[in-house]
This record gives sequence, structure tokens and C-alpha cells, in this order.
Amino acid sequence: MSFEIKSSGESYDVIIVGSGAGGGMASKILSEAGLSVAVLEAGKDFDPAKDEDRTQLRPAWESPRRGAGTRVRPFGDFDQAIGGWDIEGEPYTRAKGTSFDWFRSRMVGGRTNHWGRISLRFGPNDFKRKSIDGMGDNWPIGYDDLKPYYDRVDKLIGVFGTKEGIYNEPDGFFLPPPKPRLHEMYIMKGAKKANMPVIPGRLSMLTRPINNERGVCFFCNQCNRACQAYADFSSGTCLVKPAMAKGKVELYTQAMVRSVTTDESGNATGVSFISKVDMKEYKLRSRVVVLGASACESARIMLNSKSKTHPNGVGNSSGMVGRYLHDSTGADRMGIMPELIDRERYNEDGVGGMHVYTPWWLDNKKLDFARGYHIEYWGGMTMPSYGIGFSMDTMRKYLKDEFGNPSPNGGYGEGLKKDIRRIYGSTLGMSGRGESIPQFTNYCEIDNNVVDKYGIPVLKFHYQWTDQEVKQAKHMQDTFEEILTESGAVLLGEKPGPETMYGLATPGRIIHEVGTTRMGDNPSTSVLNSNCQAHDCKNLFVVDAGPFVSQADKNPTWTILALAWRTSDYIVNELKKKNI
Amino acid sequence: MNRRENLKLLFTGSLATGLLLTNCSPEDKQADLSPKIAGGTPGGRIEEEIQRDQRLLSETFLTEEEREKLNVLVDIIMPADEESGSASEAGVVDFIEFMMKDAPSYQTPMRGGLMWLDSYSNDQYGKLFLDLSENERMEVIDKIAWPEKAAPEMRGAVSFFNILRNLTATGYFTSEMGYKYLGYKGNTPNAWDGVPKEVMEKHGVELPEKYLSYYLKPEERGTVAVWDDEGNLIG
Ligand SMILES: Cc1cc2nc3c(=O)[nH]c(=O)nc-3n(C[C@H](O)[C@H](O)[C@H](O)COP(=O)(O)OP(=O)(O)OC[C@H]3O[C@@H](n4cnc5c(N)ncnc54)[C@H](O)[C@@H]3O)c2cc1C
Ligand code: SF4
Repeated sequence: MSFEIKSSGESYDVIIVGSGAGGGMASKILSEAGLSVAVLEAGKDFDPAKDEDRTQLRPAWESPRRGAGTRVRPFGDFDQAIGGWDIEGEPYTRAKGTSFDWFRSRMVGGRTNHWGRISLRFGPNDFKRKSIDGMGDNWPIGYDDLKPYYDRVDKLIGVFGTKEGIYNEPDGFFLPPPKPRLHEMYIMKGAKKANMPVIPGRLSMLTRPINNERGVCFFCNQCNRACQAYADFSSGTCLVKPAMAKGKVELYTQAMVRSVTTDESGNATGVSFISKVDMKEYKLRSRVVVLGASACESARIMLNSKSKTHPNGVGNSSGMVGRYLHDSTGADRMGIMPELIDRERYNEDGVGGMHVYTPWWLDNKKLDFARGYHIEYWGGMTMPSYGIGFSMDTMRKYLKDEFGNPSPNGGYGEGLKKDIRRIYGSTLGMSGRGESIPQFTNYCEIDNNVVDKYGIPVLKFHYQWTDQEVKQAKHMQDTFEEILTESGAVLLGEKPGPETMYGLATPGRIIHEVGTTRMGDNPSTSVLNSNCQAHDCKNLFVVDAGPFVSQADKNPTWTILALAWRTSDYIVNELKKKNI
Repeated sequence: MNRRENLKLLFTGSLATGLLLTNCSPEDKQADLSPKIAGGTPGGRIEEEIQRDQRLLSETFLTEEEREKLNVLVDIIMPADEESGSASEAGVVDFIEFMMKDAPSYQTPMRGGLMWLDSYSNDQYGKLFLDLSENERMEVIDKIAWPEKAAPEMRGAVSFFNILRNLTATGYFTSEMGYKYLGYKGNTPNAWDGVPKEVMEKHGVELPEKYLSYYLKPEERGTVAVWDDEGNLIG
């Protein structure tokens, strides 16, 4: 994508930093209210409907690495998340003895181009965990405050699912769910024996149209590559671009925001950013600044926005910016289903994600850890790509020869070739994604010794899991074994034990990092008020996952979207009332 | 105040002459980004990726002799049969060449393993691997292809062969020929309506009664969804 260098003297009503889930939603709602909006995005333009950006429907051989991951695309060469865990010229550091991995995307739409599109509402309990188990903090708002916005997000963006009437898994406005795949039906059987629920998934792909602008899903299983029909939700295609088409939004790409600028009274006056094209610094003015750069990056911008009135960074008079950083817990297990060896072939792609899942089903009062997890399932006859045929040195023994004897591991030749064909589509697995307890001592701060290639000081992370998360992971492992075994699968690999914290993923790895600019009624223990407005800078707002007080056992994005919409409505009203 | 003056006020450096605004027209693609060597991954690449693919494609890791050896080895691992062609025909050696540069941790085990084949052959038969008879070659391969039967002193060579087996199998099954041989049916637009009935019957599974009326019906895929206030789909 190229750039036109254009003079633009105007200042804007609103500057939005970042075009991901939160920034995209804000751009739509604020511009439709008649405000002039500038969206500043560090990455380049991206549009999967243009053939030069398309990776959808490309077979493995169109990639010289056959779809293997790279530094820029760790989830695969066709994956549309440009960035990764380790971005050239944009380092971050970790305090000794702690760990955190940070996944970033640098492109219009941010991480919503390839996200898993599991679109779950938080439930009533999820906003009030402290009242239930005494740990962490309650949100200053409750489910009822967000419900109208979840409803609107459902209708605007589209999500399939079924009404289940489960109290803490609120129903929404659902499109019809796709029927389960074969391995999912085996899991449903197994889970039933284990007395666990398995219900249709809730994902944001359009199984039916919701308007005449976006296409309908044609079941290619590749949403992570971004959909050329716009049938899956991504912020670029469904929010930013439509808002731009209506005229009031100007998109600045390759614009890396360094700080929020403020005046003497401490109010925001706009932002300062580095253009990646000429590596020069620019300033842009606005009446309101909205940060949606993702939880950690928005915290970084605030911490780097130091002035006389905000000596510790804008929004940080409480010292809470960066604190309470937390990610979902995660652990996985895999098995092989003998019944699925030598299976019949048919197109089993479906949507780009699970057709069924297990919401949290137990009562923590009877358990030795505080919060729950949901389970995501995977498997099936997916597109062969880098990695297919691997591990026959350990896996071939699961194939029986014509006399019913296990084949020896390893080997070569026609027999090996046949065995790889036989084993295809017979492995399956599951991933638990759970709620952790936010900690004051888990945080990010500015590392004063390191800058990125734009000269902007970088983040340093401090993060350690507590006993709560470790015990939860142990429970996950027991559950995984039970479901796999009851489904008729043979467990693969060793069961992770205490030496690996039961396979508990490194903090950050689940990519649900939240809480760095948390909301609250008390300005000394929170960064934002319940409208996501900075306590100490009334025209500064945050619309990503920074405001989350706690990250439920649900993926965060549907809540980012609902909150961003609510915050945008509040901004419009406050501007109307001339309060900001 | 005209636009220009206004602009100046906005800049810190005041040297800058304009702001950058994305223009979404596809015509003005930057010409120098187009790949010079065919074969890099297409689709939304950033400059760093295009340059890297170009560089990897222009470099050569394997020597002629190593390639010759690999041509023999990959066809031992994935030979032609009645149904399909062999690994070398499927372009697996080119794929291995690329992977050596894309994932450099492969380089030492691969080069070392290929050399080991020669020194072992020399020790046992007084000839280089490629000069062995077919029987002799297979005697060597059988020493390293079966991890659980291999002698302990063969462990290094066994891991080399494991890597080679992985790369050969993956290279083969991710080729067009491999997709056909595998019988892969996906990657094409369709209206998913569940697992074929006869397959469900064979596996003894059925769709839960409870959800039958809620699942997507292919014939309704064209109709814009409408809900009542309770979230029930009514159109
Ligand atoms: C593999 C994967 C699977 C996922 N699956 C799910 C899922 O199934 N369900 C779910 O709910 N969530 C999922 N997520 C998480 C989801 O992607 C994020 O929660 C969501 O995208 C966060 O939105 P955001 O607006 O906070 O930020 P992002 O989407 O990260 O967007 C931030 C944007 O801001 C830009 N930016 C950053 N810094 C600056 C700066 N200084 N100046 C200018 N621009 C800047 C970035 O380039 C980026 O475009 C997944 C994530 C990944 C990576
Ligand atoms: S599965 Fe459906 S929504 Fe996802 S990319 Fe394919 S066609 Fe688009």
C-alpha cells in the first residue's frame, strides 16, 4: 500500500489510536455521530478482498515454506497477523525471574484480522467476582450496563450460537450455528459420559447475512487468513472501512503514536506520532483522544506521556497504569482417535474455528481454585500444511497393520506413505482457557534503558502465575484426559505435571492480556472511571482491554467491542453537553 | 490563516511538509516491492517478508552432491506407487533446500547426517553412499530408519533420518500431488451441512435432537437474519 503525502491542516474532534477491535468500534460510532475522526494506525493498510492481500483459499504449495510460521507470522505463512511475538525494531523486556510474551499485529484491523472469533459475552458473575470469592476486585459496572451494547454488537457484527439459558453464559442475538464435525460429535459423546456440557460454538462468522454489505460464509475454515467476502468479523473490513466510506474518518497508516499531548491544565490536546515513512515526528490536534492500541500499548503511550501536570504519565496519578496486567490461563492436550483412522473423505472445513465448545460448568465452592475455564476443541480433516506427516517416529505405532499389530515407529516407503494417509484427520485435541486472578504485582512499566527504533521507550513486563492458576491448570489436565478417554481417544504425550505447572501457558501466550488501565470508582486505585474516561484527564479515553477489571473465562473481544461502543456513546453525550 | 500556515503550527519540527494520509486506491502500488524471483509467498506481505523470501530464494544451501543424495533419499522415504508419483517428482528436494534457509537450525543436522551416510558407507563397504548398490543402501537405511530397533550408537543418525522423514513427508503431502493422494476435499467454497449421513451412521453418532431445528439450513443462507426482541430468529 502506498501513501499520498497530503497536507491536512484540520484538527479533529477525535483522534483514535489503533484500528483493532476497540479503535475500530470507536471510529464507527463516533463518526456516525457526526464527529470528525482521525484513526492513527502503526501498521499498513490491509484488505483481504484485494487479491494482492489475499491468502484465503491458497493451497500450501503457494508458500515456499508450505505454510510454516515465520517471525512475522508465527501462526503460519498465510495467517493474517502481521507482527508476532518479536517485532523487528520493537523490543520489550522482562524482569528477571518473570515471564510474559506479547503478541502484536501491525496492520489496519490489528489482531482482529486473524483472531479466533470466539465471541462470548461476560456473564453477570464475571463483573462481580470479588463479591463471590473475595479475590481481586469487582467491576464498577455490571452485566446490565453492558447488555444493551452486547445486543447491538451481536446485530451489527453477527455471531452464531444457540440460546441455552445458562445464567453466567448470557444468550444473545444468534445466527444459526453450523452442524458439528465428526470429531466434535465424538467429543460430545465423551463429554456426555463425563457429565460435561458441550454446546454449539459462539463465533462471529456470518452463517447467514445480516445486511447487504458483507458476504456470507462459504466454509473454508480459514478465518485466520481474513475473509475476502467479509463474512467473518474483523475491525478493518467491518468497522473502519465502512466508517471511512461514509466520509468522516481519515485513516493515517504507518503512524506510530508516541504520546498524548496535554496542555497546562492537563487536558489532552492531541497526539504526537512518528511517521514510519520518513521517520519524522508529527503532532495532530483533537478535542478528544481515544486510545485503542491494545491494553499494553495504550498503557505504554500513557506512561510515555509525561508533563508537568502528569509527571508519571497521563492518567497515571494513581500509579495504576500498567498494574493488574493479566492474561487468561491456558493448557492443552491431544489424543488420537482409532475410530477416525482410515476415515472416509469429505469436505469437513466448516468455519474457521470450533463448531462446539464447553462453557465453564462447575461450582468453585467445591474446588481448590477460584475461577473457571472453558474448553475449545480442535481436529478434523484440515488443510494439509507444514507439519503434516511429521512425528511418524513416535506416532506410527497407533496404526495397525492388516493383522491388527501395531506398526513399528519410523520407517519409509510405500507403507509409510499409506500410513500417513491413513492417520490423516484422526488426531484431535482441546484447549482450556480460564480466568486468572489479577495481581497488583503483575504489571508492565517503562524500561528506561531501552527504546524501540522510533526512539520510544519500551515496556518491561513483570508477571508470575499464582497457585490459583496452577491448580486450575491441574484441573484442566484431569478434565482433558477424562473427555479424551471417554470419547474413545488414546492420549498422546505425557500428562504435564507440577514441573511444568501442569502445562500452564506462559503469561501472554493466550493473547487475552487485559487490565493495564483498569476502571474503578476510586481514583487512587484505578486509572479510568466506569465510562473508560481517565480520572485525571477528562478528554482521554481507553477502548481496548485495558479497562477490564478482570478477564473472565471468556475470550475478551466481544466485551472490548461492547465497552468501546458504550464509551463512544458517552463521549458523544459529553461533547454534546460540552463537558469535554 | 491558510492551510499551510495552519499546518506549520501543528508540527513540532516545522521541517516536515505534510501529513501522511492513506489513499486507498490500488493503482499506486509501490513498484519496487514486486518480487524479482518467483516463488515467494503471495498475499499482503510486508517489505521485510518480501525481501527475506527473495533473499532465501536467491541463496543456495545444498551442494550438488547433497542434492543428488537427497534425490535418492526422499524417494526411498516417499516412493512412487500405482496411485501417485514420488517425492522428488513432487519437488520435495527444492522444498528442503528452502527450509534449510528458512529454519537454519535444520542445517547442521541435515549436512551432518548426509556426511554421516558417506562415512558410514565408507567404513562398512569402502564406498560413498551414492556408489552403493541398492541393497547396500537399504542396509544402511534400515540401520537408522527404525528408532526402536536401531542400535544405541546410531542415535544421532536416527534423529537425522527422523528430520529427513518429517521434511520429506510434509513436502510431499503439501504438494499438489500429495493433496490428491491424500484425498483432501476441502479448500473450496461450499455450504456445510454436517457430516454425511452414511458417515455418521458408520461411526454410530447422531446430531442431538435438541439442536436440529437451530442448525444452519443451507437454503436459508441467502436470507438476511431478523430477530424478535428476545433474540429468536424470525426471518
Ligand atoms: C491467534 C489469536 C487468536 C485470538 N482469538 C480470539 C478469540 O477467539 N476470541 C477473542 O475474543 N479474542 C481473541 N483474540 C484476541 C483478540 O485478537 C484481541 O482481544 C483483540 O484484537 C484486541 O483488540 P484491541 O482493539 O485491544 O487491539 P488490537 O486488535 O491488538 O489492535 C491494536 C491496533 O493498534 C495499533 N497500534 C498499537 N500501538 C500503536 C501505536 N503506538 N500507534 C498507533 N497504532 C498502534 C496496532 O498496530 C493494532 O492495529 C485472539 C488473538 C490472537 C492473536
Ligand atoms: S470460514 Fe467462512 S467466514 Fe471464515 S474465512 Fe472462510 S468463508 Fe470467510
